[in-house]
Amino acid sequence: MPTPSRYWREIPQRYRFEANQCKKCGTKFFPPRLICSECNSQELEQAKLAEKGKILTYTIIRVPPHQFVDQAPYAVGIAEMEDGVKLTGQIVDCGFEDIKVGMPVKLEFRKIFQEGESGILCYGYKFVPANGNS
Amino acid sequence: MRDVAVIGTGMTKWGELWEKSLRTIFVETALLAMKDAGVDRIDSMYVGSMSSGLFTGQEHIASLLADYLGQTPVPATRVETACASGGLAFRLGLMEVASGMSDIVLVGGIEKMTDVNGYEATYALGTAADQEYEGYHGITFPGLYALIARAHMEKYGTTREQLAMVAVKNHRNGAKNPLAQFPFEVTIEDVLNSVMVADPLRILDCSPITDGAAAAIICPAEMAKEMGKPVVKIIGSGHATDRIALSSRQDVTWLEATYQAGKKAYEMAGKGPDEIDVLEVHDCFTIAEICVMEALGIVEKGQGGRAVEEGLTSLEGKIPVNASGGLKSKGHPVGATGVAQIVEICKQLRGEVGDRQVKNARIGMTQNMGGSGGSTVVHIFERE
Repeated sequence: MPTPSRYWREIPQRYRFEANQCKKCGTKFFPPRLICSECNSQELEQAKLAEKGKILTYTIIRVPPHQFVDQAPYAVGIAEMEDGVKLTGQIVDCGFEDIKVGMPVKLEFRKIFQEGESGILCYGYKFVPANGNS
Repeated sequence: MRDVAVIGTGMTKWGELWEKSLRTIFVETALLAMKDAGVDRIDSMYVGSMSSGLFTGQEHIASLLADYLGQTPVPATRVETACASGGLAFRLGLMEVASGMSDIVLVGGIEKMTDVNGYEATYALGTAADQEYEGYHGITFPGLYALIARAHMEKYGTTREQLAMVAVKNHRNGAKNPLAQFPFEVTIEDVLNSVMVADPLRILDCSPITDGAAAAIICPAEMAKEMGKPVVKIIGSGHATDRIALSSRQDVTWLEATYQAGKKAYEMAGKGPDEIDVLEVHDCFTIAEICVMEALGIVEKGQGGRAVEEGLTSLEGKIPVNASGGLKSKGHPVGATGVAQIVEICKQLRGEVGDRQVKNARIGMTQNMGGSGGSTVVHIFERE
């Protein structure tokens, strides 16, 4: 269960998709890092995560952790975004049978779970199908 | 560095041990190892445990266990690197003996997992993943390995049946291991009809929740000879890390930490994959065994599924993998697993495992992995 400060610290990434990028070799990181894990440079600048990508692999979670009990079954996948960053998230707004490796997706801001009756509502990004014109 | 040998091993029956506490399970197991080694004192001890805090509410267990083993004031160290905690505890014990700092060291691993309910156990295991960028999105451990499985099937054509064959093989071996949690056989149909956990992985693709411990006594090889013990020498040791989040790796089907740890262990031992007679690997999920065999160079990249299907890794095959039953059938008390793999290999090399004995086994290897592959420890052993 995230405490308010633990939740609050991650808001730039979860609400605004803030990443960073190595000024030396150009590798992008999400979440941001203090040192480039490709070239060891400590010169990184703020960048924004690409919001479109494609599904690399996926699964349907049928036995969930307790905060997700009311959502199961649900799909989770890894997508590679157009800037090469890969990230994990739920895949929503489509049937399980429509999910395919290579499926184009975009990031949308959604509720992820809630911490019981008096806890905080936890938001972030999910993957939704991206059709050609969206 | 001094040569180091294993002179005693201990393991007790694994399972859902409602009547036994963490300290009782550990002490019973450690006493067996000390009896096997013929020692009544130790100079130091290491204990692998992933999360005694989340599973039982008890931290500071190195001192607790040294106390209940009647060994205070010896130094006792708890080691944590998720499910590879046991393997790493062994490596640190090895370093202490090899360096000359201590002569007789007890290395144990323990996890008491059934003092919490299934949701809490799922949560505790999930803490081995990136909590903010994997766990936050509802992924579970079976889920992470399901992502690996799907990618492996897409990339290499690995089939659902080949995954099932890993479970079938390991249960066939485990049926010959009286200490296993689930010592019975399963069929491909059983696996394919079992409950779906995280597509494409079903419950019979997953290792279980287990209470259990394992222990070994190590000492300088010279001392082992003087004591008249069968000498199982540790000839290779490797430990490596990888990015913790599966999504931040270049290729989700490739276990880089296993490759790197294996490479170091092979180099130290002066041996190659084709010289290993018997192998225990971290089959926390069926797909894991397939990927591990590729990363250790036992088979080519992408060929792990086919190798199982062709019987390469069965008890009668060219390189028997998980003769003990593996994590799948023997059970997976996470912190204990790495040490239990070493117990099995030592007993195999000493010719003490009865029906599941691999004939003429002289060189054995263990591979113990944390999380979705973020850490791995590999050891190679030789019977003199």
